[in-house]
Amino acid sequence: MSDHAHAHSSSARIYVLILGALLVLTGVTVGAAYVNFGSSSINLIIAVLIATVKATLVAMFFMHLRHDPPINAIIFVSSLIFLGLFLLFPLIDIGSRDKVVPYGLRVQAQPAAQKQAPAAAPASGGAHAPAPGAPAPAH
Amino acid sequence: MWLFLATEILMFGGLFVGYGLMQSVYPEAWIAGHHHLDRIMGAINTVFLLCSSFTMVMAVHYSSTNNKGKTIMNLLLTLGFAAGFLVIKYFEYAHKFHDGLLPGRFFAYHGGGPAEQAMFFGFYFCMTGLHGIHVVIGMALISWITLRAMKGEFSSAYYTPVDLVGLYWHLVDLIWIYLFPLLYLVN
Repeated sequence: MSDHAHAHSSSARIYVLILGALLVLTGVTVGAAYVNFGSSSINLIIAVLIATVKATLVAMFFMHLRHDPPINAIIFVSSLIFLGLFLLFPLIDIGSRDKVVPYGLRVQAQPAAQKQAPAAAPASGGAHAPAPGAPAPAH
Repeated sequence: MWLFLATEILMFGGLFVGYGLMQSVYPEAWIAGHHHLDRIMGAINTVFLLCSSFTMVMAVHYSSTNNKGKTIMNLLLTLGFAAGFLVIKYFEYAHKFHDGLLPGRFFAYHGGGPAEQAMFFGFYFCMTGLHGIHVVIGMALISWITLRAMKGEFSSAYYTPVDLVGLYWHLVDLIWIYLFPLLYLVN
């Protein structure tokens, strides 16, 4: 922040330019949403990339990371890296599984799950039959 | 302050990760769900927040150069944009409540489409709701800073509170920069 003071004469103009760039990029994102790039994933990736450019502009100029001691940028970027890891591992996990049915929607998935039920039912007895799809408890 | 911002990112991060996972599993529900959102309202809100971020940084700039009048003016403009954001958000929420586009088991929309849309709206309300709370907190902080600026407490020697509230406000803007394409522009 100490360096910040040096940049004052020009900073107001830079802020206006950055605002202009951010507004243009917003227009680009909206426009890109109307173009089909092949799949919804590609469109999503493009949208996130544009958002990242905007976020970088905000962080560098409005949040003046550009003039800050590097430790602030290190903290900020490392939080994003950890967020990336946080996203990456569950994605790898979910990509290696069958379709996951969220709790609230499980009722509708029962017909498919009941195929396993006859095999599981004799093992545990009728009194406390396991929920459809759940593994039979080991006694 | 930056450590706090990092924790904020990770708090929203949980929602973003959940969003990413479920989007990858149910892309068709996401597309159906986002058709109920109004892109124009979302885009206007994006412009409001970007402009508010700009007026905020101008307030920081003027407070650091001893320009009390322009500091206050820019802080009030920031508040105005934030209020505009919330007004539009109110109209969007009211519309969704009316249509029964509510999260999870409260989902009561009868216009068809995949059942997993309920989950999309779960994410929609959690993400925009948490963000909305941040906007309200930000407005409270900016009001506090405005009052202090009116008392003439800030100068080039001391404007740290303006600076830090500014950082917080930019983070709120930054999160919306991601929320807007992720929620409104899935295609």
